[in-house]
Parts: sequence; structure tokens; C-alpha cells
Amino acid sequence: MRIFDPHIHMTSRTTDDYEAMYAAGVRALVEPAFWLGQPRTSPASFYDYFDSLLGWEPFRAAQYGIAHHCTLALNPKEANDPRCRPVLDELPRYLVKDRVVAVGEIGYDAMTPAEDTALAAQLQLAADHGLPALVHTPHRDKLAGLRRTLDVVRESALPEDRVLVDHLNETTVKEAKDSGCWLGFSVYPDTKMDEARMVALLRVYGPERVLVNSAADWGRSDPLKTRKVADLMLAEGFDEDTVDLVLWRNPVAFYGLSGRLDLNVTPPGGTHEGNSVLRGGE
Amino acid sequence: MIHPPHTIPSPSGTAPAATAPDALDDIRTRLEADLDGAARAWLHQALQEAAGDDGADRPIPVWELRLAEAGRRVGSDHADAARVLILHAARAGTDALTRVYRHGTADERRAVLHALPHLVTGPDALPLVEDALRTNDTRLLAAAVGPYAARHLPAHAWRHAVLKCLFTGVPVDTVAGLERRAAGDAELARMLGDYAAERTAAGRGVPDGLQRVLALATATPPHGTDRAHGTRPHGKEA
Repeated sequence: MRIFDPHIHMTSRTTDDYEAMYAAGVRALVEPAFWLGQPRTSPASFYDYFDSLLGWEPFRAAQYGIAHHCTLALNPKEANDPRCRPVLDELPRYLVKDRVVAVGEIGYDAMTPAEDTALAAQLQLAADHGLPALVHTPHRDKLAGLRRTLDVVRESALPEDRVLVDHLNETTVKEAKDSGCWLGFSVYPDTKMDEARMVALLRVYGPERVLVNSAADWGRSDPLKTRKVADLMLAEGFDEDTVDLVLWRNPVAFYGLSGRLDLNVTPPGGTHEGNSVLRGGE
Repeated sequence: MIHPPHTIPSPSGTAPAATAPDALDDIRTRLEADLDGAARAWLHQALQEAAGDDGADRPIPVWELRLAEAGRRVGSDHADAARVLILHAARAGTDALTRVYRHGTADERRAVLHALPHLVTGPDALPLVEDALRTNDTRLLAAAVGPYAARHLPAHAWRHAVLKCLFTGVPVDTVAGLERRAAGDAELARMLGDYAAERTAAGRGVPDGLQRVLALATATPPHGTDRAHGTRPHGKEA
């Protein structure tokens, strides 16, 4: 089974997680830029973070046989802090980089005017750079947040079929599907979706344009939730082709809209272009 | 210490050789032979733009955009070579190289390191090499210990670079000018001996390349050999 986790914050995870993810079938992932738990107070902190998502983290992932890509943005929560807002002006030089496959995570947190501005500006940046956008829906006041999000998307230069709305659930899936956007679901131990409800939604709404992610980060979360959903899908009668559609082909199709997906990773223990395996030091 | 890498994740097969920089003409000839029509056309356009770009009236010079997108235009296997050629066509000096290194992804930084021996004659760009040597990214480390470092890196930093290669699993054959610089280096020999003792005391094996460098460092320095004849990285130790 091949798995593409379309939303996971590996910066917060250990190498044990990379090993377990590879063993579970994860061969590719996208790490969206988001907030780090501790609020940042200067743009330079963002640039170091972006550099990490374009440098150290892909290197870590490749060591474990996993292709790493990222999405970059000023997240909605920190868009409210005027000290962080200059990040918007600096994003263009990052959005041209290889392995940046979308603008994201953007969207709403507390639905403020500052968030309106940042969301609209970054949807425009996505359109300008030929990138799709990963738009998360807020944790609080979610349905109203989804509607406001979809309004802003409709008014933007970015067509709905280049937008992935994430963190959907039973209350938001129908309107999101009717909008023509791609549908993202985050499966968590306690909050957001769980495996059984995910499989139930797949039964009702079908697997087309559906992406399932672990959204694992520094909070209580599980980087193997993608595999657990796949296992439950099979147990509940979905065939392997449908599992492959949801857990691999849909994320490849969505992020492939960027033209920047590169799913080749040097397999652990393999050789490539004359560079032999590096020995372990232990 | 980080968990040792299984592999160098990104190839440097088209990158400049380990000891003396390949002629840029050779790099270009090899690259063009490997590219398909669309990628070759992109390369020609990018090199033309880089050669003619005066950087005026644009927030980001066109050649820097080409440098950024090289991976997805020519493929990751060929990106190092394409980027080195673009940097050369743009006549990037130390200031421009420093800017694109600081603004670059790990892949772009690696290309800047590979380009140094072609573009910078003096030691001005050493801060970039030192920056790369502070990382634990083996792709950057391997690029940092190229011919530019062999020429300019001071003895203390060079010895630590060699030791770091052994620590992180970068094959010592990647180190440019290894024979010349290691020859008769008693301090390097001491450091290698201490490292071997530490490994042995912990019940661990000694990295394969260590004995080879130790043999060089304990040998009598060759007289008058200015430049060793190295080989391209082949990772024979693995």
C-alpha cells in the first residue's frame, strides 16, 4: 500500500515517526507551514522556518525514503500580529522554489479583518505563481468560517478546482463539495475526524477529490492515521483501487497542479548516480 | 549526533569533480547530452537570460528565478549542473553568491558551493563554506568540502570538516585535495586517533575511511606535490 499524507507537520515529529510512517506505507508527504505553538514575534523567524521546510526537513524525510514537499504562507493566526505581517511581502521569493506545491495553510482562525486581507492576498499570490492553495477551515465557528472562506475563494483569481479546503467534517462536507473545491479531512485521536466517521463520509460522498491526512503536529495526534483509515476502508468493503485513489492518487493530482511534485526518493540502502550508500556510524 | 543517514538523498553525479573542478564546458556538454528537448531549450533560454540580465527594475533578477526553478525544469538529477552553469552565465560574484545562498533552498545552496571554485578566486566566499559545514545535511557537507575548501579553508576548520565527514558518513573521497592537505598533518592524525579510540572504547566500529586518512596524515609529507590527483566521488567504502 502506498500512502501520501497531504498534511503533516514533520518539524514537530521524531525520526521514530519517519520510520513508522515508512513501515506503514507512507512514501510522500506535504508539510504545510503553520504556527508553532509558541507565537513568533518577527518575520525572520518565519524565514528560518521556511528555510527548514526547504532544506533540513526534506533531507530528514529522504533519509527514511519519504518524498517531502511543502506549502508556504503566513498562517491566519499570526496574520493578526502586525509584527509578522511583513512576511506577506517576502513570500514571492519563496513561492518560486522547487518543492513548494501550494500556498498554505491559509484561511481563517478568528475571522478578523486582518485574516480577510491575508487570505485574499495569498489566494492572489497562489494565482500569480501557478500554485494551488491549501485553505484550512477554522476550529471555532467552523460552518460560518467555511462559508466565509468559500466566498473569498469565489471572489479570488484562483478557480475552486485549485483549492483544497481542509479540516472538514460532517457539518461542512456538503457545502464544500458543492463548491467544487477539493476536500481535505484530518483524522485525529480526539478532535476533528476519526477513522470510522471518515469511512462513513466516504460512503456518502464518494472518494472523488477527497484527501485524508493525519495533520500530525506537536499536539495529541498520530502520524499513522492515514494508514488506519486505509485499513478500515478495506475492512469495510472499499476495494484497493479506491483506497489508492484517496490515499495516493488524489493528493498526487491536487499537488501535481503545481507542476512541482518530485516523488523520486533515493531508496534507503540504494545507490544513485554513483553515490553509494553512506554507512551508518553505529 | 543525528541518526546517520542511509544514503546521500540527492545525487551529485553531474556536479563538479572532487579535487579539481571540471571544466564548465565539460559540465555543459554532459548536461546537454542528458536533457530532453524541452529541458535543453529551457537551459539555453536560462543561460541566455543570465548572461544578459542587468537586474534592473525587478525585485528578483530573472536569473535568480531560473536558479530557483532549475530542479523542476531539468529534473533533480541534473539541477546541480544546470545551476552551476546559470551562476557562471550570470557572472555571480561573492556578493551575488552570498545572496542566493542565503535565500536558497538546500539544493540551491549546494549548487552555490559547487560553483565557488569556478567563480571566486580568493577566500571571500569562505563564510558560505563555513555555514554549510555547520549543518548536518550530508548533501551540503559533501558540496562544502570541494576544491574551493581545499584551496582556502584554514587548517583547523579543514581538519574538523574531515572529521565531520567521517562522523556523518560522507565518504572521505568526496574531500577535495585530501591527499595533499592530509599529508603529514600530525594534528589531524591525533584527532583521528582519538576518534578511533573513542569508537573502540564504545564497542563500535571505526568508519571505513578513517584508516585511509590516518595513513595519509602519518605519512611523510610529499615534497613539491602541489595538487593531488583525486577521483570523482565513488563511495567505494560503502
